Amino acid sequence: MSKAFAPSAAKPGVITANDLREGHNVWMCEDGWTADPAQATLFEDEAIAELALLKAIGQSGIVVGPYVIEARRGPNGPEPTHFREAFRQRGPSNYFHGIQTTKQAEASNV
Amino acid sequence: MFDVRPVDTEYVRYRAAQFRAQVERRLDGSLTEDEFRPLRLMNGVYLQLHAYMLRIAIPYGTISPDQMRMLAHLAQNYDKGYGHWTTRQNIQFNWPKLVEIPDMLDHLASVGLHAIQTSGNTIRNTTTDAFAGAAADEYMDPRPYAELIRSWSTDHAEFQFLPRKFKIAISGAKRDRALVAAHDIGLRLIERDGQTGFEVWVGGGLGRTPMIGQVIRDFLPEEDLLPYLEAIIETYNLTGRRDNKYKARIKITVAERGLDVFKAEVEEEFIHRRRDFTGVDRDALDTFRARFTPPAFRNAEIGEYEAERAKNPAFRSWTDTNLHPHKVDGYASVIVTFKAPGATPGDASHEQMRLLADLAEQYGHSDLRIIHDQNVALPHVHKSDLPALYAALRGAGLATANAGLTSDIIACPGMDYCALATARSIPIAQEISEHFREAGLEQEIGKLNIRISGCINACGHHHLGHIGILGLDRAGVENYQITLGGDGYDIPSIGQRAGAGFPAEEVVPAIDRLLRAYLELREDPAERFIDAYRRLGADPFKAALYPAEAAHA
Repeated sequence: MSKAFAPSAAKPGVITANDLREGHNVWMCEDGWTADPAQATLFEDEAIAELALLKAIGQSGIVVGPYVIEARRGPNGPEPTHFREAFRQRGPSNYFHGIQTTKQAEASNV
Repeated sequence: MFDVRPVDTEYVRYRAAQFRAQVERRLDGSLTEDEFRPLRLMNGVYLQLHAYMLRIAIPYGTISPDQMRMLAHLAQNYDKGYGHWTTRQNIQFNWPKLVEIPDMLDHLASVGLHAIQTSGNTIRNTTTDAFAGAAADEYMDPRPYAELIRSWSTDHAEFQFLPRKFKIAISGAKRDRALVAAHDIGLRLIERDGQTGFEVWVGGGLGRTPMIGQVIRDFLPEEDLLPYLEAIIETYNLTGRRDNKYKARIKITVAERGLDVFKAEVEEEFIHRRRDFTGVDRDALDTFRARFTPPAFRNAEIGEYEAERAKNPAFRSWTDTNLHPHKVDGYASVIVTFKAPGATPGDASHEQMRLLADLAEQYGHSDLRIIHDQNVALPHVHKSDLPALYAALRGAGLATANAGLTSDIIACPGMDYCALATARSIPIAQEISEHFREAGLEQEIGKLNIRISGCINACGHHHLGHIGILGLDRAGVENYQITLGGDGYDIPSIGQRAGAGFPAEEVVPAIDRLLRAYLELREDPAERFIDAYRRLGADPFKAALYPAEAAHA
């Protein structure tokens, strides 16, 4: 669905994928991949994002299925614009599983 | 019960070892993801919204207590403590790690289970009546034939790259509880002139283009089953469309080419195929029949059961809704619903799985079935054991008296787990079940099938719901279309869209209006929602769903 998304200054984007070995969702950041979507690199230029996506595809020993999604600049980092990606960044609604548990663990350590 | 033979275990162990080597090659870079994807899919491994997902085959939904305990072990040690029963009578784990899946498959192989052909364009798990071998209205136990189909279709070299996935269902009772008409091939065991055979249906299916199947052979002698199946699938394999994924199922092949043309080709191929079967299938079937012998039923008084019914209204209510008539006097089949108000339809914890395994051994002749409606059945329970069984189930939150009622909802995982979903299903199911339980209307409404899918692929069978709900993405917001009048059982029919979709928060109020209108409209409490809908047509129900539009009409 979002795989063909091309970021621009008006509609920036981030690159997301799944961890090859464990399967959890990850986002491309400055020094590799992060499980915290707020740390993701925000791309505002189509060509730069395309290059980064090629780099991600080249990292097939680390991640699987990378693609670009639309994101907006939020107070704590990039935020998804579509509910599908919001669910990927949070976890399922029927159980407290997935990314939301990591976020809570981090919050309790502050 | 199904008896796991060493030869099966040996084969699935071999397949598990093969997959372990494939995973190793993927991790060390010898295989690209494009090369690995079809290999993992052949072993039931998907990449979903949050994680990998492993779908495990439970052949025709029949599972032994030891196998159930192994599923519990996997849920506890390799997942987040639970598994999810599917509408193909299988189980899915939502959180396995790729690096651990080979270990999971080894564990499964040790009890004769596997994930082969739970994905891909192959013949999938053959489904059947969950009460097979037990139902009072059964003509013949379909499981030996289901096992014959499983043995024949597993790794069948010719049918590993079909145009699209292929699903077969088989039913041996008067009432079709296997949704025969909604399958690529549906088989109904029947008798004609003293001979056993099959009524063969073809070209049914849900998804993007829902269709009720058509009868391609009104009587196929039972000994011709495999050659005839081969003839159908061969014809489809050669003439099914491969240019468009959405037109690749056999239902489109039959619809576009016409049943007569398709049938003529099948019958011609059948003549050739029949010669190739030299009797090995007959020998295999005899072996399978011996493995599905009825348990040693016992005679006992049922006075205690009747006494408990008289004094315990909760027990009476549960026995009124959650028992299915058994062919042997004094026995019943028990439906354990995984649909407590607010629960995720079809999710079972590892504790619940272990309890079911223990209870099946204690009270159920060691037999367990996964029902396509995401519940579990103990097919053979003596009524004198029901009070004790009920008490044990109740302690584990598994004694909800709602089988076949409003809250017994089929719901796909939807966008809480599935990468293909366009909206969530689970929260809608949870809200509906909680709402009607709180409103105290469930018993009054009576038998009702609500089915929810989170995308057009229809894993939640929404077209077959008396009330169907389809979750869509409308301009970046979850939106739900309601269909009315579907039925998978008595008069197979595809539900029709009632009108414009509803935002998520308006679904429960809409269903509430609909069902309150039904209560007003029905002739008497015995007239089910679907019966009233058939008698009155869609208009009064649409008026309840869309009161503002009705006011302006």
